[in-house]
Amino acid sequence: MSLPKPVMRGLLGRRLRFHLPIAFALSIVAAAAFKYTVTEPRKQAYADFYKQYDAVKEFNAMREAGIFESVRPSGE
Amino acid sequence: MCQMLGLTAGRFGTRFLGRRVMALVTPSSATMASHGHGHADVSEIADMSKPMYCDRMDTPLPDRAYKDELNAADKTLKEKEKGPWNQLTKEEKIALYRLMFRKTYPEMKQKTDEWKTVMGGIFIFLGLTGLLVWWQSIYVYPAQPRTFDSEWQAKQIQRMLDMRVNPVEGLASKWDYEKGQWK
Repeated sequence: MSLPKPVMRGLLGRRLRFHLPIAFALSIVAAAAFKYTVTEPRKQAYADFYKQYDAVKEFNAMREAGIFESVRPSGE
Repeated sequence: MCQMLGLTAGRFGTRFLGRRVMALVTPSSATMASHGHGHADVSEIADMSKPMYCDRMDTPLPDRAYKDELNAADKTLKEKEKGPWNQLTKEEKIALYRLMFRKTYPEMKQKTDEWKTVMGGIFIFLGLTGLLVWWQSIYVYPAQPRTFDSEWQAKQIQRMLDMRVNPVEGLASKWDYEKGQWK
């Protein structure tokens, strides 16, 4: 019935020394993962879209579809 | 504290709850609530103004001992307890424990089949609710708005494509305008 005295002090410090590096590492990994799976592809998608974008052609296509109220399709 | 938290957990609680439920269900509830002798299911009514016993893992020392009405043999044992404990035999020590507590920790930790009752009750009520919702969808709901019709929805998507909604990553980017079909 003589057990060793348990550790009474420094428990929070020990927990932080263990968990904080893991928390920082995982956060950085999460941020990096999001950057390279979401933001970089999205930036590339926008760059590719506007490389070949002809605004006037798109406008005329939309006008012919009849969605504008200020300019009707060229036939009417 | 024991009696407040242990009301629903301990066995005293369910018996007390049973009496309250009985009082609500029976028609002459006013007369039956005033005296407890008419019920077959409740043999004693716990006086909740006094300290109560409970078997809880987080309360190792309840507010009172389990047995407070001691017969003569128990009383002599309690007197012997006042002396040196190494003079108590193993059976006496166990008897003293059983006077103080109803269940040991391993007995408290024994797993029950209560989860089956709980899950069964959950599914029964989910099923009844489902039937109710089904009946309601037929007899209560008003007519659907015309915007739910498939022709309206098709025209709606066509208009969104004409407007080039989300042309970079969204809807219009998935439509092939040259071929007139989805990519």
